[in-house]
Amino acid sequence: MTDSKYFTTTKKGEIFELKAELNSDKKEKKKEAVKKVIASMTVGKDVSALFPDVVNCMQTDNLELKKLVYLYLMNYAKSQPDMAIMAVNTFVKDCEDPNPLIRALAVRTMGCIRVDKITEYLCEPLRKCLKDEDPYVRKTAAVCVAKLHDINAQLVEDQGFLDTLKDLISDSNPMVVANAVAALSEIAESHPNSNLLDLNPQSINKLLTALNECTEWGQIFILDCLANYTPRDDRESQSICERVTPRLSHANSAVVLSAVKVLMKFMEMLPKDLDYYGTLLKKLAPPLVTLLSAEPELQYVALRNINLIVQKRPEILKHEMKVFFVKYNDPIYVKLEKLDIMIRLASQANIAQVLAELKEYATEVDVDFVRKAVRAIGRCAIKVEQSAERCVSTLLDLIQTKVNYVVQEAIVVIKDIFRKYPNKYESVIATLCENLDSLDEPEARAAMIWIVGEYAERIDNADELLESFLEGFHDESTQVQLQLLTAIVKLFLKKPTETQELVQQVLSLATQDSDNPDLRDRGYIYWRLLSTDPVAAKEVVLAEKPLISEETDLIEPTLLEELICHIGTLASVYHKPPSAFVEGSRGVMHKRLPARTGSGEGTECPDVGNAAGGSAPEAAPSIIPSQGDLLGDLLNLDLAPPTTTGPTPSTSGMQMGGMDLLGGGLESLLGGDIGGSPAMGAGFGAAPAVMPASLNAPVGGGLGDLFDLGGGVGMPMGAYIPPKTVWLPAMKAKGLEISGTFARRAGVIQMELVLTNKAMSVMTDFAIQFNRNSFGLAPAGPLQVLTPLGPNQTIEVSLPLSTVGPVMKMDPLNNLQVAVKNNIDVFYFSCQYPISMLFVEDGKMERQVFLATWKDIPNDNESQFQIQDCHLNSASNKLQGSNIFTIAKRTVEGQDMLYMSIKLSNGIWVLAELKVQAGNPNYTVILNESKYISSLRFFQ
Amino acid sequence: MIHSLFLVNSSGDIFLEKHWKSVVSRSVCDYFFEAQERASEPENVPPVIPTPHHYLISVLRHRIYFVAVIQSEVPPLFVIEFLHRVVDTFQDYFGVCTEAAIKDNVVVVYELLEEMLDNGFPLATESNILKELIKPPTILRTVVNTITGSTNVGEQLPTGQLSVVPWRRTGVKYTNNEAYFDVVEEIDAIIDKSGSTITAEIQGVIDACVKLTGMPDLTLSFMNPRLLDDVSFHPCVRFKRWEAERILSFIPPDGNFRLLSYHVSCQNLVAIPVYVKHNITFREGSSQGRFELTLGPKQTMGKGLEAVLISSQLPRGVLNTNLNPSQGTYNFDPVTKLLSWDVGKINPQKLPSLKGSMSLQAGASKPDENPTINIQFKIQQSALSGLKVNRLDMYGEKYKPFKGIKYMTKAGKFQTKGLLRGRAWDLKN
Repeated sequence: MTDSKYFTTTKKGEIFELKAELNSDKKEKKKEAVKKVIASMTVGKDVSALFPDVVNCMQTDNLELKKLVYLYLMNYAKSQPDMAIMAVNTFVKDCEDPNPLIRALAVRTMGCIRVDKITEYLCEPLRKCLKDEDPYVRKTAAVCVAKLHDINAQLVEDQGFLDTLKDLISDSNPMVVANAVAALSEIAESHPNSNLLDLNPQSINKLLTALNECTEWGQIFILDCLANYTPRDDRESQSICERVTPRLSHANSAVVLSAVKVLMKFMEMLPKDLDYYGTLLKKLAPPLVTLLSAEPELQYVALRNINLIVQKRPEILKHEMKVFFVKYNDPIYVKLEKLDIMIRLASQANIAQVLAELKEYATEVDVDFVRKAVRAIGRCAIKVEQSAERCVSTLLDLIQTKVNYVVQEAIVVIKDIFRKYPNKYESVIATLCENLDSLDEPEARAAMIWIVGEYAERIDNADELLESFLEGFHDESTQVQLQLLTAIVKLFLKKPTETQELVQQVLSLATQDSDNPDLRDRGYIYWRLLSTDPVAAKEVVLAEKPLISEETDLIEPTLLEELICHIGTLASVYHKPPSAFVEGSRGVMHKRLPARTGSGEGTECPDVGNAAGGSAPEAAPSIIPSQGDLLGDLLNLDLAPPTTTGPTPSTSGMQMGGMDLLGGGLESLLGGDIGGSPAMGAGFGAAPAVMPASLNAPVGGGLGDLFDLGGGVGMPMGAYIPPKTVWLPAMKAKGLEISGTFARRAGVIQMELVLTNKAMSVMTDFAIQFNRNSFGLAPAGPLQVLTPLGPNQTIEVSLPLSTVGPVMKMDPLNNLQVAVKNNIDVFYFSCQYPISMLFVEDGKMERQVFLATWKDIPNDNESQFQIQDCHLNSASNKLQGSNIFTIAKRTVEGQDMLYMSIKLSNGIWVLAELKVQAGNPNYTVILNESKYISSLRFFQ
Repeated sequence: MIHSLFLVNSSGDIFLEKHWKSVVSRSVCDYFFEAQERASEPENVPPVIPTPHHYLISVLRHRIYFVAVIQSEVPPLFVIEFLHRVVDTFQDYFGVCTEAAIKDNVVVVYELLEEMLDNGFPLATESNILKELIKPPTILRTVVNTITGSTNVGEQLPTGQLSVVPWRRTGVKYTNNEAYFDVVEEIDAIIDKSGSTITAEIQGVIDACVKLTGMPDLTLSFMNPRLLDDVSFHPCVRFKRWEAERILSFIPPDGNFRLLSYHVSCQNLVAIPVYVKHNITFREGSSQGRFELTLGPKQTMGKGLEAVLISSQLPRGVLNTNLNPSQGTYNFDPVTKLLSWDVGKINPQKLPSLKGSMSLQAGASKPDENPTINIQFKIQQSALSGLKVNRLDMYGEKYKPFKGIKYMTKAGKFQTKGLLRGRAWDLKN
């Protein structure tokens, strides 16, 4: 007799029969019937129609029957709220039962009945149970508070349950403490700003005491809670670490990983020269290695976390390379993760072994794994210079196998090796060329074409090779087309005599027969370059390329810091901040590593992004300086040469177009071009340059548009809008490039973004978020990217901003950290907005007020500087366009004095005096602010 | 916390669902099925799968997928560990953890799941506590229950639930007091083609079966505790005492439990007990290949190798094999291309070998995979790492228990890599 009998049905109709049995007088029959109902429920059958009959069975002394009815109730109460009320009385009565098991069961089940009406009846029994003499009941009641909060948060707050819960943290029973912590953590998750878990040294001490005595699950909750605490100093930090380290030997891997999180976080505060620091580092390795001998699912999670840990502190596992070697029967997801970590740990000391392993992997069966292994060999070459030669020869061996996907993958990585070590391994090109025909993947074809173009002078039949590709030009993917275009232009510049026809052919294919704007634009640019100034073209196209970085796929440091604080969580598995993906985490606070205190080498790093002071002393390469990007540099360089002419509409029009083209994907090549032509840079030279409002018009990218723009734009009144700069280059954001600027239109601050998809896959689900910033800028609406962004597509969006967001002083003041999310990942960049954007329309001060205020402001708040090369005409009008209002003007000793007022969005007034000496293009500006603001980029 | 649990069998049917919070539609498992379809092997389904509103965390045990649904940020390891605990509990209760066993005991399963988790928080996962709350089904009890109408649900609060030793119930009584400890070591190794060790590590466990009356307090000491530098303990072990004196001191749970697991990875400590010499060659253009394999004992500390089993995935191009084992039986499955050879005991005087030819698919090019050879074996009465228990003492109780220690070594993932293809060919020419 087994329970499977409950699944059998009879002809008459199951529900009908069950109903009869449930109402039977015989206890035994009743119980059997309830069991049948439960059995149906487990397989997802709807038995809610039996609700009244089942609830009738609730009043019983038989505990098993009672439990079964409760099980049923929890599942169906929601669908029958009125009926569920019927059960309340029994619950209330059970909460008074002398048997603690029944009291606990009642309070536990009540919490699971997610019916609003019931909650009010629940309050009194719950209050009693929270103070019950039996700890078993108390710990159950603690969890019940979290359940209730989920249903009716307001009620829980009004009834003061949260305070009772906080008191339970000091309970004498460790199990109660653990459950209270768990409940509070869950509640806190939905209230990121509430200070529910108010951790102080006393409560920490209690938690640490409970940690030793509670169950493994309780230990996880307590450790996760501890990880949110920031110790006051390194000594406290050390003492917590000392009490947490025994957890590293726990049999439950979740306990171990939570302990690792606490230690990784608090270690940050310990001075590095401390003996204990070294001891701790040593203690961390064995538990991590042990995790890898667990079941594959656990291994996977552990490996994802180890990936973070080795990026943060490579020293922990540097001697443990071998445990990451792939085993033949590891599941594929474990294999791929292990490979990643092998590369991260690869160094000169172990490279020989690693390479031998990788070589083996490259001959395995699983295609994904083999590809990654081949790619890994390339990454080794780039990372460990001494091994490059061996890697290249290994790759050549692999190419000899003629296994299609191995060859293609190998060619892609060899391209990168060429970039990293120019003029070293070009002897292998011949071998590569032999495999030209077998390449059928765009990435491999593009890589091969790049190689042919780059080394055209060494390949005798480069023209023939490229020509062979040209035949099917229209069937190629965009990536290959662009690469082919560039390669042929390179070839032409290197061997102009015999390839003229070829280059003409490709240019006409690109410009006339293609409907891809990127391709067309690049074609036109080359065409114009070649026809106007071949020497310049050579300089641009064959310019020296920037070196590629050694370590690829590194997680951006601020994100890494945050993820380290989230070790062991889903965030650490996905390598995304928790705010980015988990539903229900409403505005999670970003966690940070604590700053190192005490002596040590507390090098004061300037704040890089979020890494408030505590940024890694190892000075991990910063990836964020989006503005210090190559393009930005080139353009900024051009600000220097003084030009006396003001910006003419046409040049600025060109400029905008140019900028957009840059955004469109011409990378360094074109950057040089724009930088090189003096006319284009000119627009930056002047102070409040008035940019054409035609910015609004879609600067779609076609050259035709571009010249149209240059036509008849007058001098519209409008605020200064800086040209778009690339904030997030595609190579750092998995193919998403973002450029943009800020503007103020009709009193609304707009962030104007150009999103370009340079990846091969469609991007969707865009969203944007700002970090707290000096002026409380925040998106006033969602990012309006409604249609999916296809490969090589570009979209312009204008995001209205409000100034009511949370405020935090940034350095520089106008720094803004932005996170953009899409279906691929979350990307971070920072940009700077012009202060002028914040000048509000009602910034005109009454003359008298101005005078009075000017006098009132202490001299300390005054700053003075000069602006050079500014044109005088209609300065004040233009300034007004930027919401800088001229209050008065007078002439003293041949100098024009302009007095102006500005009001910032946060209510700060800035008063300015502008001295203009006739005949001298230099301006002197005296600024008086009611609050001192360090830099006004706008005037520069 | 854990929202729901779905049990999915190997043919992709959901045969049980349990919700701890509100009901999550089973359609959420569609994402899991998609991943399952994509995976080439059942074990290749990724353990964490994102869906638009939930995350699915799954483990595969006994050919059943246990799929947990979570909605908020939860440590995945916590979920996986919990799922393992669920599997262990089922196995403990029903002897096996199969779809049939679960279906046969669906009500007990449901009661257990409800007891194990409350609102997503683990409640009672220790087997001795659960067994007091819900008594395991036995044939006798089923009969008695049917006749007397009594239940298999305990009416009293389990005693161990809140004590400082939650893993042990009070009032334990035995007529024969006994404590057995099994030191079991598994060696994982990758040996390269030339016979040198690439990696070798030992995963050791000490499993205990303790049936002692009352509240015994045990201490276990080792001859060479320094071997154990990477250990995970059962919660009953007093960590401070271990740190200070390298002695295991604990009040044991009642019945079977794992006292500790350890890891020895230092290369020079790991002796490789077996060697394999093999030579697998294919000739270009020929439809024949040679296969030769010999094995023998290496460092076994005088103990014999038993239950030796060789298995290897031969290249796809191999049609059939014609091999001659000097002992034992061999089998080649032409469909899966899996070669297995049940060697049995190894006699050091007469080393076992397997030799013969392989026939290849006509016209196929030279096979391009290099087979890995997996070896399984057992060594009785020896722990490969050399770990030895010194003595076991009992305090707190007056009787004299019967004590026993057993050692055993097994092969875990022990593999020898094949010759790199092409190499053998090169040598011959």
